[in-house]
Amino acid sequence: MIRYTIKGVDFVKKNEIRILTPTAMLGYGFPEKWFNKGLEMEPDVIAVDSGSTDSGPHKLGLGDMTCSRDAYYRDISKLLKAVYDKKIPLFISSAGGAGTNEQVDTFLHIIKEISKKNDYHFNIAAIYSEIDKDFVKGKLQNNKIKPCGLVDELTEEEIDLATTIVAQMGVEPYVKILEEKKDIDIIISGRTYDPVPIAAMGIKNNFDPGLCWHLGKIMECGALCAEPAGKVIFGILKKDHFKLVPLNPDNKCTESSVAAHTLYEKSHPYILRGPGGVTDLTETTFSQLDERTVKVKGSKFIPDEKYTIKLEGAKKIGFRSIFVAGMRDPIAIKNIDEIIDHVKKDVEENFDDIPRKDYKMIFHLYGKNGVMGEHEFQKDFVPLELGIILEVLAPEQELSEAICSRARTELLHAPYEGRIATAGNIALPFTPLEINLGHVCSFNVYHLMEIDDPISLFPIKYLEV
Amino acid sequence: MKKNVLLKDVAKVIRSKNAGPFEITLDIILKNKSEYEKLKSSGVITKELISELYHLPIDKIIHFVYFDAANAIKITIPRPRPQGSVGEIDMHAAQQHVPLMNILIRE
Repeated sequence: MIRYTIKGVDFVKKNEIRILTPTAMLGYGFPEKWFNKGLEMEPDVIAVDSGSTDSGPHKLGLGDMTCSRDAYYRDISKLLKAVYDKKIPLFISSAGGAGTNEQVDTFLHIIKEISKKNDYHFNIAAIYSEIDKDFVKGKLQNNKIKPCGLVDELTEEEIDLATTIVAQMGVEPYVKILEEKKDIDIIISGRTYDPVPIAAMGIKNNFDPGLCWHLGKIMECGALCAEPAGKVIFGILKKDHFKLVPLNPDNKCTESSVAAHTLYEKSHPYILRGPGGVTDLTETTFSQLDERTVKVKGSKFIPDEKYTIKLEGAKKIGFRSIFVAGMRDPIAIKNIDEIIDHVKKDVEENFDDIPRKDYKMIFHLYGKNGVMGEHEFQKDFVPLELGIILEVLAPEQELSEAICSRARTELLHAPYEGRIATAGNIALPFTPLEINLGHVCSFNVYHLMEIDDPISLFPIKYLEV
Repeated sequence: MKKNVLLKDVAKVIRSKNAGPFEITLDIILKNKSEYEKLKSSGVITKELISELYHLPIDKIIHFVYFDAANAIKITIPRPRPQGSVGEIDMHAAQQHVPLMNILIRE
């Protein structure tokens, strides 16, 4: 058995930091061919994000991971081989999707399993990001918490209702690890501001933080900034600029593709808020170096006077059942609003022992306005078919199923004006006719919290495998 | 005969997406600098128009920004409901761009 430590490159002397990012989302898989090509370009660090709130509140509400354990195992296996063979450190942020403590531990277990199987040995740091509810309540009492955008003001009740609360850590815990442990091989962090693993090595070595953050912001999406969009990307951070090139030769980074990516999934095109400050791209310039490489300079970081971090949490709000049906009879379709009113009234009468506010019935009418709902602007047409989904929310699964079932039978047989198809109003494709979908969750914590110390809130654990 | 030019004819990208769980962001990226400058100076796309297309009071529009570096306009509006909860119709808000496609740019 050979114990090794990473090569301990002196980045300051080297005047550049080379970063390889295999994909926008760990667990979705990435092409090994282009990743291996990236390894030949001598990266100083492999950095990849694994988190997002974009697939809904379930992950925080129920502790679910974005991808299956198997999918993570597969991706992490490829990465660990590179870490071991090439002695390149690996940073993975927002483990499991939500970045809960349990999800960080799941990633550590995966790494242990793979290491044992392959006789790898690593120095690992894990950073945890769940925030104690009493700590959050204390901050709330001291007026140190405000909504991040359009969410309601936080209350003690909502803090208690949240399954877990995580905070998006900034770069400081990463920097602390890099300062404390020269021979660290792997950092796994809980919920983290997405650009952090990419920005960390640069910030630790005193590169321009504006460039570090902007580079991180682009590369955390892999080669999505290329044309056509790809997965594996290579970034080179210099003192006054950075360069980006996708590894797949069919993808190109162009001035316009990289500039356009700056818009992606963000509220504002050139003011990017993060923990501890704002990245300002007002004076950023993009220039083409060769056919596939773009150079970026001029991005600025403006530190906030008071350091804030974003808290995230979700609560369970009940259980959902649905049915899926189709409607083709043109007379029925013409009368769909009347039919739905009838069904709702019937259900209310049948469940008059249940307070009306305790359950919800929401009809999704595909063919009419299923996708845009109240924003649908086209109204003057009669659909050929309607796809109908009834969504029922109730405090218990049995009740949501019972309401859904009652509504389904009533929709099947509801009378309407001019009805000549008297056997049934809907075509049902699936059994079971009612489908139970389990818990419904809702984001209830999405707030900025002022803090004094961006390190101590995020406990660090060192381990060797 | 002159043909009406619609936004989808001069744009390379018209898209919508979540920007966090409570906002939808709309990106319009023009095909080239010249179309971008023409559109910007024409004043066809306004907060008033967005307000009408998305049934929103003007003061609810969170951002309405021209971004020269990308030949782009970015508009951020509130989500009609928090992402991924009861009554969700578009988890990623990926199909909420359609009202922008047929904006009449010039005749």
